[in-house]
Amino acid sequence: MDGPAIAASGLSMRFNGFLAVDGVDLRIEKGELFGLLGPNGAGKSTIIKMLTTMLRPSAGSAAVWGYDVTRERDAVRSSIGVVFQDPSVDSQLSGRENLDFHGRMYGMDRKTRAERIAEVLELVDLTEKADVLMEDYSGGMQRRLEIARGLMHHPSVLFLDEPTLGLDAQTRRYIWRYIRRMNGDEGVTVVLTTHYMEEADHLCERVAIIDQGRIVALDSPERLKDLIGADIVTLEVEDGVGDEAVRALSDLEGVEAVDRAGSTLQLRVDRSEARIPEIVLSSSRAGLFIRSVSMHEPTLEDVFLKFTGKKIRETESAGAGRMAAVQSRMRTRRH
Amino acid sequence: MISLNYYAIYSLWLREMIRFFRLKSRVFGSLAPPFFFLAFLGFGFRSAAISEIPEGVDYISFLAPGIIGMTLLFSSTFGGLSMLWDREFGFLREIMVAPVSRLSIVIGRTAGGVTTAVMQGLIILVPGVAMGLEITGLPGFLLALVFMVLIATTFNSLGLAFASRMKDMSGFSLIMNFMVFPLFLLSGALFPISNLPPWLRTLSYLDPLTYGVDGLRGSLVGASSFPPALDLAILAACCAGALGLGAYLFERSDVE
Repeated sequence: MDGPAIAASGLSMRFNGFLAVDGVDLRIEKGELFGLLGPNGAGKSTIIKMLTTMLRPSAGSAAVWGYDVTRERDAVRSSIGVVFQDPSVDSQLSGRENLDFHGRMYGMDRKTRAERIAEVLELVDLTEKADVLMEDYSGGMQRRLEIARGLMHHPSVLFLDEPTLGLDAQTRRYIWRYIRRMNGDEGVTVVLTTHYMEEADHLCERVAIIDQGRIVALDSPERLKDLIGADIVTLEVEDGVGDEAVRALSDLEGVEAVDRAGSTLQLRVDRSEARIPEIVLSSSRAGLFIRSVSMHEPTLEDVFLKFTGKKIRETESAGAGRMAAVQSRMRTRRH
Repeated sequence: MISLNYYAIYSLWLREMIRFFRLKSRVFGSLAPPFFFLAFLGFGFRSAAISEIPEGVDYISFLAPGIIGMTLLFSSTFGGLSMLWDREFGFLREIMVAPVSRLSIVIGRTAGGVTTAVMQGLIILVPGVAMGLEITGLPGFLLALVFMVLIATTFNSLGLAFASRMKDMSGFSLIMNFMVFPLFLLSGALFPISNLPPWLRTLSYLDPLTYGVDGLRGSLVGASSFPPALDLAILAACCAGALGLGAYLFERSDVE
């Protein structure tokens, strides 16, 4: 196939007046490991559902592997593998039986299935557990099997919706390794959603930052962080921060920007280690009582802050709440 | 254009088979009520004089086909409604995202549900025979098998139709108690419906299981209220209607 793996233009989804996805334009090349980063409720999963034909877009269009997601649904479905956010295995079947079921659903014959099952189990290190019932798998093992299943039928594009949600740090690293391995070894185009900054940073070649249904920034993690450039110095202060204090700090040499959030100040500072004494001194002069000072190199969290004016974690509860309210309204409507 | 994916149909059927043979305790659990009905009503009313039972047919021979009908009704409705569990536990998404037509999904699921229901019906036939049910012969048995398949398909499809319209499992017990139980009691599985007052008998005539039970009685015991051909025709029509309704509503249902 010529052209990009995924091309979307003006892709939108409206639930009962709430615009969950708002005119998303996206182009993902073949072989990419692409991430959609944003807080819960930002619209990432809805984008994935539209690209995987589980939801029909209310406006705009998208093509996956050259096939239109509304008009050529079966062709799209044959080209993709999906690992859903929530578990989607039959817990009464063994790992092997779940994979076998999947292979048959995709029209694979017995011999092909047997060979492929061995391959994908090997890829996620589950060969030994193949004949154990899914209900006896741990959460991490189950997720690995779902990843293996998503790859089972040689999809051109693999979608992973929050692949490491709720998993411990060690399992998360394993899963990253499997995702890299299949992107590298099998050449599968991978599109994943996540609200973990470090996941997008470590894993993805390019990241689209999503907020309130829109893409606010899109580039490689390195270049996104370069947008911030300087280091981040965080001051925790007692009581509020007055405008004068912000002004005083902004005027300091090497300070590029000052963001204020309650009793926290975030400064973008060039060569911060040499300038911290000056910053502390000026703060005291401006009447701020500093409780703690910390500094770090830019992260995607800072990029998110720069583009949206808020932190991913703060946005989380509000966004998730709004989404839940919409979903419960939809539920009621259908009864 | 109708497209059928045979591998997928087989896969869905096979899944039901694996689950049936794996969840033995659940199968035993669901066979217990019909078995107790058969044993206690059979022994309890063995020598009671019940009017309108055909000449030369004892109560156990009258009851056993009814209880087989009951087994099929409950297990197949449950099989159709089990889509609710698949939705609840997420497996439905795995089925729906596959490049498989929804009609194939309906056929595969239904074939699996019908097979397991008929197997349970046949299991209940064993204590029936042990208690004195005399089967007329092989042709009768084969005809009974046809009736079993039709009964199971009808109610599996109705279960699927309901499940397609429900968003969660809250309606499940409502359907079991207010639809399935009355269908069972109205069907004449336990007593001749001619003993019912006319208004209630009218409801019996509207119950597809009435013709199923009567057909089973006709084929297994050789004594029925309606001509077996009529039973077969009405039940087959109900079956086609239910199958169409189930497939239509499933086609239009949402995954999420």
